[in-house]
Amino acid sequence: MLEIKNLHVSVEGKEILSGLYLTVNAGEVHAIMGPNGTGKSTLAAVIAGNEAYDVTEGEIIYKGKNLLELSIEDRAREGVFLGFQYPVEIPGVSMTNFMRTAIDEIREYRGQEPLSAGAFLKYMKEKKELVEMHAKLNNRSVNQGFSGGEKKKNEIFQMAMLEPTLSFLDETDSGLDIDALRIVAKGVTALKSPDNATVVITHYQRLLDYIVPDFVHVMYDGKIVKTGDRSLALELEENGYDWIKKELEAKK
Amino acid sequence: MAKSEDIIIDEVTSSDYKYGFTTDIESEDIGKGLSEDVVRIISAKKNEPEWLLEFRLKAYRKWLTMEQPDWAHLKISPIDFQEIIFYSAPKKKKELESLDEVDPELLDTFNKLGISLEEQKVLSGVAVDAVIDSVSVKTTFTDVLEKKGIIFMSFSEAVQKYPDLIKKYMGSVVPPSDNYFAALNSAVFSDGSFCYIPKGVRSPVELSTYFRINAANTGQFERTLIVADEGAYVSYLEGCTAPQRDENQLHAAIVEIVTHDNAEVKYSTVQNWYPGDKNGVGGIFNFVTKRGLCKGHHSKISWTQVETGSAVTWKYPSCILKGDHSVGEFYSVAVTNNYQQADTGSKMIHIGKNTKSTIISKGISAGKSHNSYRGLVKVSANADNSRNFSQCDSLLLGSECGAHTFPYIDTANETTVVEHEATTSKISDEQLFYCQQRGLSPEKSIGLIVNGYAKEVLNQLPMEFAAEAQKLLAISLENSVG
Ligand SMILES: Nc1ncnc2c1ncn2[C@@H]1O[C@H](COP(=O)(O)OP(=O)(O)OP(=O)(O)O)[C@@H](O)[C@H]1O
Ligand SMILES: [Mg+2]
Repeated sequence: MLEIKNLHVSVEGKEILSGLYLTVNAGEVHAIMGPNGTGKSTLAAVIAGNEAYDVTEGEIIYKGKNLLELSIEDRAREGVFLGFQYPVEIPGVSMTNFMRTAIDEIREYRGQEPLSAGAFLKYMKEKKELVEMHAKLNNRSVNQGFSGGEKKKNEIFQMAMLEPTLSFLDETDSGLDIDALRIVAKGVTALKSPDNATVVITHYQRLLDYIVPDFVHVMYDGKIVKTGDRSLALELEENGYDWIKKELEAKK
Repeated sequence: MAKSEDIIIDEVTSSDYKYGFTTDIESEDIGKGLSEDVVRIISAKKNEPEWLLEFRLKAYRKWLTMEQPDWAHLKISPIDFQEIIFYSAPKKKKELESLDEVDPELLDTFNKLGISLEEQKVLSGVAVDAVIDSVSVKTTFTDVLEKKGIIFMSFSEAVQKYPDLIKKYMGSVVPPSDNYFAALNSAVFSDGSFCYIPKGVRSPVELSTYFRINAANTGQFERTLIVADEGAYVSYLEGCTAPQRDENQLHAAIVEIVTHDNAEVKYSTVQNWYPGDKNGVGGIFNFVTKRGLCKGHHSKISWTQVETGSAVTWKYPSCILKGDHSVGEFYSVAVTNNYQQADTGSKMIHIGKNTKSTIISKGISAGKSHNSYRGLVKVSANADNSRNFSQCDSLLLGSECGAHTFPYIDTANETTVVEHEATTSKISDEQLFYCQQRGLSPEKSIGLIVNGYAKEVLNQLPMEFAAEAQKLLAISLENSVG
């Protein structure tokens, strides 16, 4: 579904990703871990098409297409979803209206009829229940005045609404209490299907108790330097990243 | 709660677009230029009483001594008044064979606003077989008003039928000598609306110029007078969201409102005159004097405006809070794009005790446009315990436009509380990215963000007007991304 080869990305002339490879197949769950500032969010932003980043080398193939040639919105309409590490606030725009507009646009792109008001509201109610969202949050402006945890839950709610094919969830678990973590994980698991894939970026293996990954990658210095299974996450939790750094130096 | 969005969700777009069209009257021009004779001819053609001719002549003589104001933050080329035709009875528009003959850009806008094909034809002057059933609507409407004793008719008709009311109130809020354009209007006004709500009557319907026969072509010097007697209430709608083209470049209207004890008038405007093309060529000059007098105690006047059109807008809907405990409100969204210029705001004059005013102004500038807020809060010595709250926000799209704020505060009373807040913001790249990541095009994203920004004002509009205004805002800002 997604194939990233030798990806180099820079911001204002500074290289952040330097030769990253990653393959994600349908039906898989991947976890990306790694120290602060190694480029995890940058990777997610580049996948989504954030124009602040320059791709200087490499390729990203998504569903057989060159992803880098698509606009931000067309990537989304093709099923790419980014759960933001820091969701932005949009004053005065209710969640209901926001989601309604998004779904209308996506359906139009896909040549589908627009949903009627009734069908839309019913659909939204179902998805809200999935992530145990407060009914009230939908009448509030997008992320405005939401608590940190509510913002993260809201990202999963949007993911549920848009039913993406490929989701990058950037530290969606940060700032969640135990119950919220469980709800978010339950939501992600419920949305899992043989046709879609999820990549979670996290610092805590705790999340992986709930969302069981098929692969765990360690990112360091703009590259994926190690790939393993669940047990790698446990090992990292126990021993930190130092041993990986040492392994890398030994290779040199 | 979130009423304007619910409407969109309810797909109100499929409902009838409130706009009418009625013209059967022969064209009758008197040639270009302005003189005392022209004023006399206008008055005679309208069969006006002597006192009204005197009113016009006095205004004309006053106008001659005045100069076009230049204090506004506007660049305007001088207006040649001898090139303007000052009297032209409503013309029957040239009928077109089909929509193919209509400017495609105009049709495109109609489609985006969700105007039905039939109505598109009516609006653009194409011959229609099945005319929208507006006549019957009007009849029922008139019946309802008559039963309540509400007077609602064209200004000229009211001059003939209710001369005493007109004589009593006309010019009592905006005297002809008020300003250059008010003097001009008072001398040559063509027509307009008159509305009187009797004591204790609440108008059961929103009054819209749409329902007034022959309102479609009141011309460039329109005059509106609304009087709410003791305890009366009315909500009045002016304008429409459909783009309006007109061969007259200069528009100078006057709106006067008077509220007696415990009366309330809510006046809503959507102004979408032709703004000129992308290069700033053409477009309407819109110089309007709108003022309300809260004459009685506990009376209230509230102005809500959505201004998206005109090449130049010069407009300051104001309230004179004379009665004790009277309330004045001003809610405004003004959008400028390309080369448009707007200088708009409000004046709140506190005279009575315990008077209260609110000003919420949201300016949105894009392209190379200039958008200014100009406001005055004046509190006289006797206006004990009066309060004002003003909030003036500016939103900039791109880096070539300008937003300016000129708030003037003048208080002569120590018990007064005046609060003023102002913000300037830009649509952030993060907000745009977030919206686009959810599948919204850049245009849709901007439309959504801008409507969110203007929500406080849009919520003041009557429901169906609000839904139309939302779409209009988004459309006005198309091609402003970049
Ligand atoms: N827009 C930007 N402008 C300048 N520098 C940036 C920008 N975005 C990212 N960087 C830099 O790139 C590096 C990688 O940042 P990134 O946010 O991808 O790290 P991360 O792995 O997600 O870290 P964390 O675990 O703290 O979230 C950091 O040094 C960061 O400061
Ligand atoms: Mg990060």
